[in-house]
Amino acid sequence: MEFFFQLALNGVVVGSIYALVALGFVIIYKSSGVLNFAQGEFLLLGGYVFWALVENHAPWPYAAALTILFSIVLGLALERLILRPMIGEPIISVIMVTLGLSSVLRAIVLGIWGTDTRPYPELFSSQPIMVGPVPISQGYLFSMVISAALLLAFTLFFRYSRVGIAMRATAFSQEVAQSMGISVRSIFAISWSIAAVVSALGGILLGALRGGVDGSLSVLGLKALPVVILGGLDSIAGAIVGGLVIGILENLSGGYLDPLMGGGVKEVAPFVVLVLILMVKPYGLFGKIKIERV
Amino acid sequence: MLRLKNIEVIYDDVILVLKGLSLEVPSGRIVALLGPNGAGKSTTLKAISGLLATEEGEVTDGAIEFDGQRIEKLRAEQIVRLGIFQVMEGRRVFEDLTVDDNITMGGYIRSDRAGLRRDRDLCFDYFPQLKNLRGKLAGYLSGGEQQMLAISRALMARPRCILLDEPSLGLSPKLVQEIFGIIRKINEQEKTTILLVEQNANQALAIAHFAYLMEGGRVVLEGETDKVKANEDVKEFYLGGTGGKRDYKAVKSYRRRKRWLS
Repeated sequence: MEFFFQLALNGVVVGSIYALVALGFVIIYKSSGVLNFAQGEFLLLGGYVFWALVENHAPWPYAAALTILFSIVLGLALERLILRPMIGEPIISVIMVTLGLSSVLRAIVLGIWGTDTRPYPELFSSQPIMVGPVPISQGYLFSMVISAALLLAFTLFFRYSRVGIAMRATAFSQEVAQSMGISVRSIFAISWSIAAVVSALGGILLGALRGGVDGSLSVLGLKALPVVILGGLDSIAGAIVGGLVIGILENLSGGYLDPLMGGGVKEVAPFVVLVLILMVKPYGLFGKIKIERV
Repeated sequence: MLRLKNIEVIYDDVILVLKGLSLEVPSGRIVALLGPNGAGKSTTLKAISGLLATEEGEVTDGAIEFDGQRIEKLRAEQIVRLGIFQVMEGRRVFEDLTVDDNITMGGYIRSDRAGLRRDRDLCFDYFPQLKNLRGKLAGYLSGGEQQMLAISRALMARPRCILLDEPSLGLSPKLVQEIFGIIRKINEQEKTTILLVEQNANQALAIAHFAYLMEGGRVVLEGETDKVKANEDVKEFYLGGTGGKRDYKAVKSYRRRKRWLS
């Protein structure tokens, strides 16, 4: 039983970080209808920038703050250089652009920092905290709290704030949003910045949990894709539930099935569930159902 | 207050839609812009509101002035801030937002909370029906309710000039009458200038002070509403005939008989 709890807990922690990265996905999709395939690279970039800062003797809270700042600038720059010229173009073209962007960003990161794993320093004491019978490492707890807080904040932001509502309005129709006086440019800039920031934070948290960053981080970032498809592309609640479901499934199947079936089940199990759920709910668990008037 | 001088609009660098169009909308009036499909009415409105850019359209010649300021090169959101608000054709409510959120978006450019709250109540005064639908998704509203919502969004922006594109589209005659009554009321009570594009010439001329008639990208007739209504050709082609039946042979000669198409 303790083994089960341990696996489930691992799943919740990793899942909450998946949810955070998926949030970045959802924000961009919600405001512009674009699937951002460069999300994994945002993660990678955030993880490496943080590492580089800590390596240069910045205390880690400062390093984290600077990484956030860097991500905001990154989001703004991407909007100005890449997305603004694409306003009014078909969505599929923009999606292709993000695919290209992901290759370019990964090449830049690998070009600067190489392919070796860069170890993170110990950010938290290794003394675990006991929650009931289960010991939890402080890093895990911290990751979970940060993810939960951010997810809650953004849920409220989208539901109640004017900018949040304007983002949803822009997703519905850029033209109509403009006719309300909403600046589509700033909406895109804000959403890309937010997406870059939450991904970078996800990158830092994953780096801290795994003890370092390397190129495989971007693959983990792409895990957000099944997460958002499972949860529904435009739903933050979906991102949270999807993230947790995939995180837990991965760990449970890894713990119980891998020894029986010779490994690899961990990677496949989430996708099997994904397919099953999409067969029943094609818009994902919480996806917006298109309103059609007849 | 709003003046279009000889403007020319080209889509996609090749398609010439407006060919030297001039019109004037004086402050506080309702001006109707009539004409058949494809005359360029909606394009005219989009040229004013700056929404052409999203459709690869461009004002290539002439000037659009709002209170003496040139606006034809401004972006849509800047023009909204100057006080021109377009209610687009086909209602175009944000379907997956609630009625309340749609109204909030109408007031997006403003930040005076008290005023916004007052204007939200004002919307519900004009359209009491919407009050009970506040939490509902706009996509589930009926056509008439959506049109009411679209006009409410415009009210929330407190514009000095509203551009209305075919508010009667797809509505029952009774609803059309109701909506037009409210448009007139808004004009009288809020002193909002209105430029109204319509296919339903009867309704439009019933509330407008002044009317322009467009065909093929230019204005072919203009005048006070009474004068336009009295014009034999307008009666014939836009107001459903002069009474008495016509046989189908006469249809062929319609175009030839229009005096302004010499």
